[in-house]
Amino acid sequence: MTIPETTQLAGRKRARANNWAKSVLRFLVIIITTYLGLLAVTFFIGRVIPIDPVLAVLGDRAPAHVVERTRELMGFNKPLYIQFFIYVRDALTGNFGTSVLTTNPVMTDIRRVFPATLELATFGTIIGSLFGVPLGVLAAVKRGSIADQIVRVVGLVGYSVPIFWLALLSLLLFYAKLRWVAYPGRIDIVYEYSFTPVTGLYLLDSFWQGQWDVFRDVFRHIILPAGLLGYFSLAYISRMTRSFMLNELGQEYIVAARAKGLSETRIIWGHALRNAAVPLVTVIALSYAGLLEGSVLAETVFAWPGLGLYITNSLQNADMNAVLGGTIVIGSVFIAINILSDLLYRTLDPRTRAR
Amino acid sequence: MSTMLTVDDLRVSFPTRTGLIEAVRGVSFTLGRERLGIVGESGSGKSQTGRAIMGLTPAHAKISANKLNFDGIDLLTAPAKTRRALRGSRIAMILQDPKYSLNPVMSIGRQIVETLRTHESVSKREARDRAIAMLEAVQIRDAARVFDLHPHEVSGGMGQRAMIAMMLIAGPELLVADEPTSALDVTVQLEVLGILDKLVSERGMGLIFISHDLRLVSSFCDRVIVMYAGKIVEELAASDLGNAKHPYTQGLLNCMPTLGTNRHPLPVLDRQPEWAL
Amino acid sequence: MNEIRQATSQSAPMTHRQWLMSDRPQSRLQARLGRAYMTWQRFSANRLAVAGLCIILLLILIAIFADVLAPHSPVIGNLGGARLLPPGSGGYLLGTDDQGRDILSRLLHGSRLTLLVIVLVAIIAAPIGLLVGAISGYAGGWVDAVLMRMTDIFLAFPKLVLALAFVAAMGPGIENAILAIAITSWPPYARIARAETLSVRNSDYIAAVRLMGASPFRIVLRHVMPMCVSSLIVRVTLDMAGIILTAAGLGFLGLGAQPPLPEWGAMIASGRRFILDQWWVATMPGIAILIVSLGFNLLGDGLRDALDPRESGQ
Repeated sequence: MTIPETTQLAGRKRARANNWAKSVLRFLVIIITTYLGLLAVTFFIGRVIPIDPVLAVLGDRAPAHVVERTRELMGFNKPLYIQFFIYVRDALTGNFGTSVLTTNPVMTDIRRVFPATLELATFGTIIGSLFGVPLGVLAAVKRGSIADQIVRVVGLVGYSVPIFWLALLSLLLFYAKLRWVAYPGRIDIVYEYSFTPVTGLYLLDSFWQGQWDVFRDVFRHIILPAGLLGYFSLAYISRMTRSFMLNELGQEYIVAARAKGLSETRIIWGHALRNAAVPLVTVIALSYAGLLEGSVLAETVFAWPGLGLYITNSLQNADMNAVLGGTIVIGSVFIAINILSDLLYRTLDPRTRAR
Repeated sequence: MSTMLTVDDLRVSFPTRTGLIEAVRGVSFTLGRERLGIVGESGSGKSQTGRAIMGLTPAHAKISANKLNFDGIDLLTAPAKTRRALRGSRIAMILQDPKYSLNPVMSIGRQIVETLRTHESVSKREARDRAIAMLEAVQIRDAARVFDLHPHEVSGGMGQRAMIAMMLIAGPELLVADEPTSALDVTVQLEVLGILDKLVSERGMGLIFISHDLRLVSSFCDRVIVMYAGKIVEELAASDLGNAKHPYTQGLLNCMPTLGTNRHPLPVLDRQPEWAL
Repeated sequence: MNEIRQATSQSAPMTHRQWLMSDRPQSRLQARLGRAYMTWQRFSANRLAVAGLCIILLLILIAIFADVLAPHSPVIGNLGGARLLPPGSGGYLLGTDDQGRDILSRLLHGSRLTLLVIVLVAIIAAPIGLLVGAISGYAGGWVDAVLMRMTDIFLAFPKLVLALAFVAAMGPGIENAILAIAITSWPPYARIARAETLSVRNSDYIAAVRLMGASPFRIVLRHVMPMCVSSLIVRVTLDMAGIILTAAGLGFLGLGAQPPLPEWGAMIASGRRFILDQWWVATMPGIAILIVSLGFNLLGDGLRDALDPRESGQ
């Protein structure tokens, strides 16, 4: 109390800057170790598990001199830790080797297919959040009612159903029987050559270029797979929203808000959901990451030319470079999403902001 | 003194899996522009009495009374909209712990402004000015700065003052204070009580002061109601506390250690089953 | 147990229920049984959870008696006269697949594979997680930091994709699929075990054991790990559905069980070609997967609510 207020403030500022530096450092350590861990695991999968990684790349019918030459070229005659060092260096520069299947550098392939997956997962997450959050709020507010039960069942089924199976059945119903949506694929052959995408996100590109017939066609292709992924994300998001909202609605500040005479609408959406939004951000980010992964299975069914289809095609052809490259890219996106959600969490919750 | 609030045979009960639990069992009193203390241990029904008056009884609870009347309005039959309009503007409530009763992700200023703008149509500018004036009225020095702070950035005493500001800004006539100082440090308790005392008398409000602390209540209120197991066991003037007849009240009073006398061991309440009948 | 009952019933005759509900248990056994009884009471009040339990019990029974229950061979079909028959025709209750095999019989036998996958994954992954978490929580310091960093790294990975890569490297097959799933599913268990360990580490009874000269190894093994088991069981049960779905996904991609094994995911994959005209070939196995994972989800929810009343609300 005897310390003048200005000095106190300066001290606090310095402490805050110090804390900030510390948390940035902690963040960097987490990013670096996680990424190194990812590379170590993929290195282990690609170079240690196979009895002979060269054979794994070339296939076992390659002539002996080719095998030897490749062994030297790939550096497999060097000690393991040097191999790992080279592996990390290559991965950091985006060099994942060449795909046996397409004969392109893996990175080139991934750059081509990744936007398709990104568009699908993003659209799916938007659908999932747009419906999942209100449903979860409804279930929490009307706890024990019919609506709550329905939301619960919808969520439970979403947790329990195989995605590829539901994808098949939905194709059967909405494409084959009802003809509501377009056939599997991303875009009609008619447009495949007349339409030049810029970002690779077809919905965005066609919208930007004002090509409405393309936009409509792309939409008719994406709506079913995105809707399906959206359902899985909805199941998760609505369930978590319900539980967060129940927790918030039981808090004392809700009683205080009622005592102030606020309307229920304002209390639910302005107070309770605003607080539930803090952990919800993490949930939505996790579900987004989950959809990127779920697209591996969904894409094979919908013939969606994304990263998932690329990985499964490579799997079937024992194209390890492509598989591992795809794994590293999805893993990197996971790490990035985790970091982003952490940052968003901090900005949403004033309690973590001050420290 | 005109009667503002009439409570006659108020009952609140909660259905549970094992049967009906009656939290309040026939409480009756009237209140003018005075300070009424309600004292009792946890589970005695004092908080539920306060919440019933506010209209904050949980939805699954059953509530009944011969009469529950505020300024000519029958609270039991009044539509939810009317009751909501009353809350915050004419009847307000202060909760126990500002750590939990203030919204953690909303700045203190916005929470105060929110009360005001719910009940009066004022411009943003004016609402802000009045909120800062209200913060000054609860003796917060740097009111403009505190206006922008979040609840976790202020101390418990300051938080409770902000709570008082939030609840009194729309000028209510009746205030229910549910253990308003129990969660605070002893040193700031008196400070907050002093502020509350001043505002209540300046504005001529009626006050229902709910507490488990008999001494505190008797020094602060005009009249005291003692509750036990959902019922009023004794009602008396605060100055008349020494003449308490009910053994429960006497017991509560005797539990207090006094300076200068050696009282070992302190007497313990010897509960009689017939008190709860 | 009889002795105990006699001992207590000498003073006053007691029903089984009273004996179980007694708040002054005479023996450790009685206390344990009493607690189990109360848990069961809470659990059985939840009808959906009981339904889940029934589904799982049914799955186990079917797996045991698949040979008796299956009307046809799961692997040898009637290629000549019974290809792609619709449900109900010619004594094939759920129809036949493209090789004339009875789908019902394949589903019944497939329950063994499903059960094998979840049991093995649980047996491999849960102890790894338990050990890592308990050591990490009990040791603290840099051991904790390193182990938890490792756990977090694994948690940050895409599980399915990593499992795919593992199987791709090790070669397709049900054993490798099980291993791959187990390797990617231990981290959450380590987290739970660590949290439980931290909550008991500084308790008095651990201090007492330490004073009696128990080695850290013994403390972790005998006194810390048992405390983590109940919350771990709940988590494993809740994860079972996910494990089944992952295994089915691997099977669907041709990386899990190999033909002619009647694995449900692989059955969906083989029915995929006929989905437009012979819908039942792909639909039936999917329903089986849905029912079983639904069963585990219901059971897991019920267990969590029964073992941890705080979470369940009213």
